[in-house]
Amino acid sequence: MSVHLKQDKPDTRNVLDTMAQGVIGADLPRPEGLIKVTGTAIYAAEYRADGMLEGVLVTAPVVRGEIASINEASVLGMPGVRAVISDKRMTGRPAQGTAGEAPFQPAREVCYWGQPVALVVAETFEQARDAAKRLALDWHGTGDAPLDPEAAETEKDESTRKGDLAHAMAEAAHTVDVTITTEGHASAAMEPHAALAQWDGRTLTVHASLQMLKYNRAELADSLKLEEEQVRLVSPYVGGGFGSKLGISQEVVAASLAAMQLGRPVRVVMSRQQVFQTIMRRSETRQRIRLAADAEGRLTGFGHEALVSNLPGEDFAEPVLQSSQFLYGGDNRLLKLDLARIHRMTAGSVRAPGEAVGVQTVEQAMDILAEKLGMDPIALRLRNLPDAHPAKGTPFSSRKLAECLEEGAKAFGWEPRPRAPRHTREGEWWIGTGVASAARVHAVVEAKARVTLRPDRTALVETDMTDIGTGTYTILGQIAGEMLGLMPDDIDVRLGDTDFPPGSGSGGSWGAPSCGSAVFLACEGLRKDIARRLDIGTDDLTLKDGLARWDGGETALADILGGEPLDCIGHFEPGSSIEDATVSSFGAFFAEVAVNRWTGETRVRRMTGAFGIGRVLSARTARSQCLGGMTWCIGNALTESLMFDPVDGHLANCDLAEYHVPVHRDVPALEVLLLEERDAAASPIQAKGVGELGLCGGAGAIANAIYDACGARVFAYPMTPDRVIAAMPDI
Amino acid sequence: MAISINGQDYPLPADPRTSLLDFLRREAGLTGTKKGCDHGQCGACTVLVGGVRINSCLSLAVTHEGDEVTTIEGLGTLAAPGAMQAAFVAHDGFQCGYCTPGQICSATAMLQEIAAGWPSDATEDLDAAPALTDAEIRERMSGNLCRCGAYPNIVAAIRDVAGAEA
Ligand code: FES
Ligand code: FES
Repeated sequence: MSVHLKQDKPDTRNVLDTMAQGVIGADLPRPEGLIKVTGTAIYAAEYRADGMLEGVLVTAPVVRGEIASINEASVLGMPGVRAVISDKRMTGRPAQGTAGEAPFQPAREVCYWGQPVALVVAETFEQARDAAKRLALDWHGTGDAPLDPEAAETEKDESTRKGDLAHAMAEAAHTVDVTITTEGHASAAMEPHAALAQWDGRTLTVHASLQMLKYNRAELADSLKLEEEQVRLVSPYVGGGFGSKLGISQEVVAASLAAMQLGRPVRVVMSRQQVFQTIMRRSETRQRIRLAADAEGRLTGFGHEALVSNLPGEDFAEPVLQSSQFLYGGDNRLLKLDLARIHRMTAGSVRAPGEAVGVQTVEQAMDILAEKLGMDPIALRLRNLPDAHPAKGTPFSSRKLAECLEEGAKAFGWEPRPRAPRHTREGEWWIGTGVASAARVHAVVEAKARVTLRPDRTALVETDMTDIGTGTYTILGQIAGEMLGLMPDDIDVRLGDTDFPPGSGSGGSWGAPSCGSAVFLACEGLRKDIARRLDIGTDDLTLKDGLARWDGGETALADILGGEPLDCIGHFEPGSSIEDATVSSFGAFFAEVAVNRWTGETRVRRMTGAFGIGRVLSARTARSQCLGGMTWCIGNALTESLMFDPVDGHLANCDLAEYHVPVHRDVPALEVLLLEERDAAASPIQAKGVGELGLCGGAGAIANAIYDACGARVFAYPMTPDRVIAAMPDI
Repeated sequence: MAISINGQDYPLPADPRTSLLDFLRREAGLTGTKKGCDHGQCGACTVLVGGVRINSCLSLAVTHEGDEVTTIEGLGTLAAPGAMQAAFVAHDGFQCGYCTPGQICSATAMLQEIAAGWPSDATEDLDAAPALTDAEIRERMSGNLCRCGAYPNIVAAIRDVAGAEA
C-alpha cells in the first residue's frame, strides 16, 4: 500500500489536531537518548570489519597548481603500508547539497590549499598516518590564484529591482547606508568526517557520516561509475552536520576506491584539520544595506547588495538576500548578489546559508534607522511588515513576526524606548540590550517513509532520513504515535540506511516537514485501511492506546490486523502550495550584553528567542534546536572567523583551538518561546523547519546590544574586542 | 604490563604511538569515548584516570601502565544508567550525542573537583569553598565543546545531579 501527495493546496484540515493520543508536540525525551549518553550509539568511524585497513588522506601543500608526481615508493616500504591510492576518480571537493552527481574529480589539478590528492592505506592508523606525512609529492604551482574576494573577478548571480532606490534615498526624510562585513564560518560538527567502505565484488557498503543519503548514494555511485543499486550507505547516527555532510565528501570516495582496489574493508577518518581545510566553508560577505524612510519611519526604499565568493566551477553563492526579499517593505528595491571567484576551499551550505549572515546586517541597519527616527526599534519593525511579498505580491502563508516581537519583548522585559547608548554601567562593564527579527525561507523536498503496524501493538517507521541531532527519531515517533494511537515508546524508528525508502535528508530545515509529512501520509493510508476493515468512515475512527474506537464500538488494533503486519509507504512531494504563497518561518531575538569599557570584550548575559515555526512536532527537540541556533548567534557575533593567509592562501586557523566556537562559558541562560502556529501551505502537517531559524538574525541583536551598551557601532563580524574598542567613542 | 579500564585489564599496545584514546576505541573496543580533534581542543575524548578527568587523545596508552581508567561505559549501562547519564536524557543535554560522553565524564569529575575545594577562574573568593553556581559549572566545563549548542541543558542536567547529591 502507498499514499502519494503532491501538495498543491494548503491543508487546513489540521488532521493531527483531531487525533486522540495527545503526543504530537509533547515534551518527551528522545528515544535514542540512553544509547547516546551511555556511549553505545555507534558513529561512522566506530564500525569494524574483519581485515580492515586504515587510510589517511594526503593533501596538497599549494593553493593552485598541479601534482606532477606522487612518489609511492617513498612510503610503500614502510611497515604495514599496503597502497597509495591516487585514482582519477578521487574527488577534490565535497558535493554541494542535493547535487546527486559526482563532485569535481580533478585528477591532479589542485584548486585550493589542502585539497586531498592521495590516500595512504596501511594495516594500522599509526602506520598510515606516519606514511601519509612522508609521502613525497612533486608539484608545481600556478602563479595565477586569486585569493582576495575584493580584488577578484565577479559574476552577477541575481538581482531584484523595483522602482528607483537611488531616488528614494535622495528624497527620504531619513536614510541609512552602511556596509557590513562577515567572515567565513565553518560548520565544525564535533564528529569528523569518516567512512568505512566494504566491497564484495559487486556491492559497496559504506558506513559514513552523511546528512542526505538519497543524494549521497547517487553522488557516490556517479563518482565511482557504479549503478546506484550497487551502493548502500548507512548512517544511523551522525555527530552533527550543519551543512558539512550534505554532499558526499572526499574520504567516502577515497575509502571506497581503496576498498575496491584492495579487496579489503578500508576506513578513512579525516583529521580535524582536514575537515576545516577541505570541507565546506560559509563564504565571507561584504554587504551594503540601504534604507530610505519617511518621517514616520515607513520604509520607501530597501537595498541589500552582497559580495560572496566561491571556487571556479562552483554554482553555489551564499544566498545572503534570501529573506531580505520579503522581511520588510519599501516600494523602491534593489537586491543584488555578486560572486567572486577565488581559491579558497569550496563554499557551500553552513547552517542557515544566506540568512545566517544576511539578516543580522539588515537588523543592524534597522537599529540605526530607529535611532535616527527616535523610535523604539520594535515599533519601527512593526511599522514595516509588508502585507505581501514586496516584489512578487504573493501573500504570506502565515507570519508570526509581530507576535514574536511582542511576546518576546514581554518575556525578555524589553523597555520600549528610543535607543540612547551608555545608559547603564556596572563597574567596568557597560550594559545594553538589543533586538532583531528572525526569518528563514521555508523549503520541503520529496520524501518517502514506510510505516508498518505490527500485531504486537507497536509500529515500525523506516526511511533513509538521518538524525544529525535534530530530533528526527523523536518527531517521527510522535507523528506516527499520534496518528496510530500508540505511545512513541512503542514506535520503532529506523533511519539512516539506503535500504529504507528514500527520505528528504537533513538540510535546509526541511527534514521535519518533508519526512514528517511522508510518515503522516503513510499513517493516513493505514488509518484508511483500518476503517475499511471495520466498515466505518475514516473520520469516524479514533485510535488511542492501541484500541480502535468508533461510535458504538471498540476493538484492539491487534484484532483488526489478524496477526499480520500492515504497512504503507507515504510519499510526499512539494507542489504549488509553497509557490502560491510566501512561506517562511519568523521570529525575534533579544539580547543583553556587557561590554568592557577598557578591553572591548563582550559577554552575552542573556538572550530570549521567540519563534513561529508552524506546528511544533516535539516541544523538547524544537527547543533544543533553537538553543543551538542561538548559541551559533553568539559565535557568529563575537568569535567565529575563518582566517586565510593572504600570501599562500592556506587556512590559518584550521582547528578548534584557533577557530572559536562558543564554549560553555560563552553561553548564558537562553530562553526560547515557541508560538503556536499552523501553516497550512508549508506541509500537510502544518509544520515548517526549526533547525536554522534560531541563527537567522540573532547576531544582529547582539550587535545592537553592543551599541546600546557602549556606543560602538561595529560594522564587521565577528565583533572581537579590538573592533569594539576601535569603534567605541571616547569616554 | 596492563591497563585497567572499567575494572578490566587490557595489555598495553605494541605500538608506542597509540594514544590512550585510540587504544580505548580500537584495542579495547570502547567506542563511547569520542575523537573530535585529537589535539586536546574539544574534550570529546574525556575519560577519568584515577578519578581525574583527562583528554585521552593527549596521552599515550603506554604511559598508563597500572592506571585505572574509567570511560563512559564505566559510568552506567543501558540497563542501569548512571545519575549523570539519566540527567542528560531528562534535560535533553545533547543533540547529536557526539560530545556527550565527554561532557558526562567531565561533569562527573568536575563535581568532585568542586567538592574537593579546587578553585577555578570563576571562583570569587579563593579562601572559601567554591560555590556550585552556574558560572562555576560553565567555566569548569568550557573544555568540552558542544557544537549542537546543548550548553544550557547540560548545565541544567549537572545542577540536577549536584542538587541531588548535595
Ligand atoms: S579528541 Fe581529545 S580533546 Fe578533542
Ligand atoms: S550534542 Fe552534538 S556536539 Fe554536543
